[in-house]
Amino acid sequence: MSRRVVVVGAGPAGLCAAAGALRAGAEVTLLDAAEDPGGQIRAWPGFERLRDHVLGHPRCGWWPETSVWSIERAGAGAPRVHVLRGEIDAAGRDRHVLRPDALVLAPGAHDRVLPFPGWELPGVSTGGAAQAFVKGEGLALGDRTLIAGSGPFLLPVAASLLEAGSRVQAVLEANPAATVARGWTRRPWELASQTGKAAELAGYAALLARHRVPYRTGRAVIEARGDGRVEEAVTARLRPDWSVVPGTEQVAAVDALCVTHGFSPRLELPVAAGCRLRAGAFADVDADQRTTAPAVYAAGEITGIAGAPAARTEGLLAGWIAGGGPPDAPEAVAVRRRRDRARAFAARLAAAHPIGAAWPGWLRPGTIVCRCEDTTYGTLRSTAADDSAHAVKLATRAGLGPCQARICGPAVAELLPAGNPHHRPVAQPIRLGELAKPPVENPGRKESAR
Amino acid sequence: MSPVRITLDGEPFTGRDGQTIAGVLLASGRRSWRESPSGAPRGVFCGIGVCFDCLVTVNGVRDVRACRRRARDGDAVTTQSRAGEEAR
Amino acid sequence: MRVVVLGAGIIGAACARELALAGCAVTVVDRGRPAAGTTAHGEGNVLVSDKGPGPELELAKLSRELWPAVLDGDPDAAGVEWDAKGGIVVATTAAGARALTEFAGGQRKAGVAAEDLDAAALAAAEPHLTRDFTKAVHYPEDAQVQPAGAATALLAAAVRAGAVVRTGCEVLGAVRRGGRVTGVRTSGGTIGGDAFVNAAGPWSGRVAMRLGARLGVRPRRGEVLVSAPMPPTVFHKVYDADYVGAVGSGAGELQASAVVESTRAGTILLGSSRRRAGFDDRIRPEVLSVIAAKALRLFPSLAGVPVMRAYGGFRPFVADHLPVIGADPHLDGLWHATGHEGAGIGLSTGTAAVLRDLMLGRAPAIDATPFRADRPAAQSEGEAP
Repeated sequence: MSRRVVVVGAGPAGLCAAAGALRAGAEVTLLDAAEDPGGQIRAWPGFERLRDHVLGHPRCGWWPETSVWSIERAGAGAPRVHVLRGEIDAAGRDRHVLRPDALVLAPGAHDRVLPFPGWELPGVSTGGAAQAFVKGEGLALGDRTLIAGSGPFLLPVAASLLEAGSRVQAVLEANPAATVARGWTRRPWELASQTGKAAELAGYAALLARHRVPYRTGRAVIEARGDGRVEEAVTARLRPDWSVVPGTEQVAAVDALCVTHGFSPRLELPVAAGCRLRAGAFADVDADQRTTAPAVYAAGEITGIAGAPAARTEGLLAGWIAGGGPPDAPEAVAVRRRRDRARAFAARLAAAHPIGAAWPGWLRPGTIVCRCEDTTYGTLRSTAADDSAHAVKLATRAGLGPCQARICGPAVAELLPAGNPHHRPVAQPIRLGELAKPPVENPGRKESAR
Repeated sequence: MSPVRITLDGEPFTGRDGQTIAGVLLASGRRSWRESPSGAPRGVFCGIGVCFDCLVTVNGVRDVRACRRRARDGDAVTTQSRAGEEAR
Repeated sequence: MRVVVLGAGIIGAACARELALAGCAVTVVDRGRPAAGTTAHGEGNVLVSDKGPGPELELAKLSRELWPAVLDGDPDAAGVEWDAKGGIVVATTAAGARALTEFAGGQRKAGVAAEDLDAAALAAAEPHLTRDFTKAVHYPEDAQVQPAGAATALLAAAVRAGAVVRTGCEVLGAVRRGGRVTGVRTSGGTIGGDAFVNAAGPWSGRVAMRLGARLGVRPRRGEVLVSAPMPPTVFHKVYDADYVGAVGSGAGELQASAVVESTRAGTILLGSSRRRAGFDDRIRPEVLSVIAAKALRLFPSLAGVPVMRAYGGFRPFVADHLPVIGADPHLDGLWHATGHEGAGIGLSTGTAAVLRDLMLGRAPAIDATPFRADRPAAQSEGEAP
């Protein structure tokens, strides 16, 4: 009997993992919370061909609208995967338990946004939100938008908004030109091997130029203002450590503000599976994408923010190995080499767009840090500084709201170190009625909703 | 594409088939529909189901992420907050 | 007297506070952060309703009496979230009704306020509760605190009275002189003292062993579900009558009974399970499922409420279900304040007062002999640490 491989996430990494496992002869169940595969950005080269190959494969079961709510470690084998099938956040979805021989986790990442005064105002969103609404619904989140933060991702966000007819006022990269240029031009041979990605970025740059959208480095949005919605963005020049250069503040009238300072990997599933983290930030994997948890593999952004090209090669390799493919097969060797090149390129981009340590200088005592619970910077500061009992820290509710610290976690962890911010034993909300019902029994054979 | 008619607290909104509830509301110029614990308005932030800022009640079911849920013709959407009818 | 309190959970914090206020030079040692173990993983129960007549109820009554006085004027009282919301115990079967009637009757004789609720009164008190019940009793003295907030407030009060807190110090062994413990070796160095209080909760059996003593305290796993924030829906601490039976049981297999209550943040806590699993901290989905099913029997209308979090912890369990408060029978200088199972938050204030009196040679407010550390249950072999 062939190995049963469950792949969580059908973005670039997950879809490629399914392909890799199928090529190795495994029986695959591919899960995603969305209705369609492809992840957040479906327009990658070869996507449609790969999708049709994987979803149409006789050994692949495709489970759309499937949320993993718990990963249960059980003994020495692969963990059990507890899922809900049905429309997002519906009441009365079916509970299933999958018992694979190997598990590939490819849940991806979401935008990381550092807090700043007014970031909770309606009209302030992540870059990912702006892109999702353009790609998904052809909808621009505003007519007069400003894009700010750090990283190459700001460029496709700008392109999407321009495509949807928004007047993009500027793209602000918080890092100084020197840092960005150093990262982009060092070791040009790596760039040469990633010509597709470089050409894509060059295309965005040309698009901005055509629309006369300025790309300004060393400048950030440090405050959003407005009555019930964003009306103004306060921008300022930053030093390399992201401290504000006094007197450089400018006010821009906007009706939408899209901010992204990088990406946060979605780590609750690897943490639940018992995978060790690397530097507390990413799932630790070996050369074959194997995590430290038995029969659990990881691919894509949870192993390091490296973009879709790296995610695809990681997925292929993870799926191949998880499916029982020999690690020394020629195609595995080739995929490893491609993966390493893609990762090197991503490392360059990361070096070009670091997060400056002085960002908390933007905050004021009343600035909301935890959006769910309205916990302010002042509250966190007084908690962190409370040495009346030495290490005695009064509890705050930061991170305990509905998002379970997915948004504020990294920021709170910098301000108030405590615990593992990725520990979420309930990985997605499950309604009491759904939880109370016993799971639907699965034979573990091919099952498809198509 | 056929139009999708939904209501938000009784007020009608019309969108296109395939749009999310958040998309229908945003396309109509509505920016916020939830109250934070301190009573401040909130709308879409992450757009991909991570931040839970856009929660609405759909046909009586609380805590539905408006940015992820497809709008269906006739959906009765209501805004929600943590405050009750009267504080206890 | 120099006292070293081992454990900065709710019990250690309460003991440190009482001893420091009584003039002792107190050092509190914890291998991690304060209130990060069992204290952080409970519901914050301050209950008299779940205890039948006997020594534990006397300790509960004393504790309930002390809580308001302890919090009175405390600068951190707001974080304690003291809420004298009252408890309601509900039976849903004929047998359950008979057992609850008898149980409540015994409690009334012991001085506990226990009021029968008819259907109309119950519906008024808890509008979302099932109408399909056979008996309901209201306990107005039951209260709730935010447990980590309560422990940190007690610890801060101890510090104001001169106590010193040392975190990140794991107890490794004892320094003995002539059959007496005169110091503890910790990962952060040796700490000397005249007396040592083992307040390490479920780990107190292990701590006792490392000090060369023996204590029959074992971990008993429990899990709680946390709902998304809601408008006020549950107004008391509501639990089904099975809870009393589960607390009193020593069976190792999974037991669950419904315990449902709201918090100030708007979340609903749904408990609780009891099982022996050593220190295995994995969350078991089937245990969460059983908790949900039991809770929905009491509150069917909560079926659509999303669970956003679950947490689990270890209760310090003693075979006879009584805490251990008193001197170690074999090792001079060692004292125990532990073994409160799931009731340590509520019982902390009374425990601290009793321990202080015992250590200072005063007569405690209640008879402390049932809690002695030399009783067979407290000296039985624990699970291998």
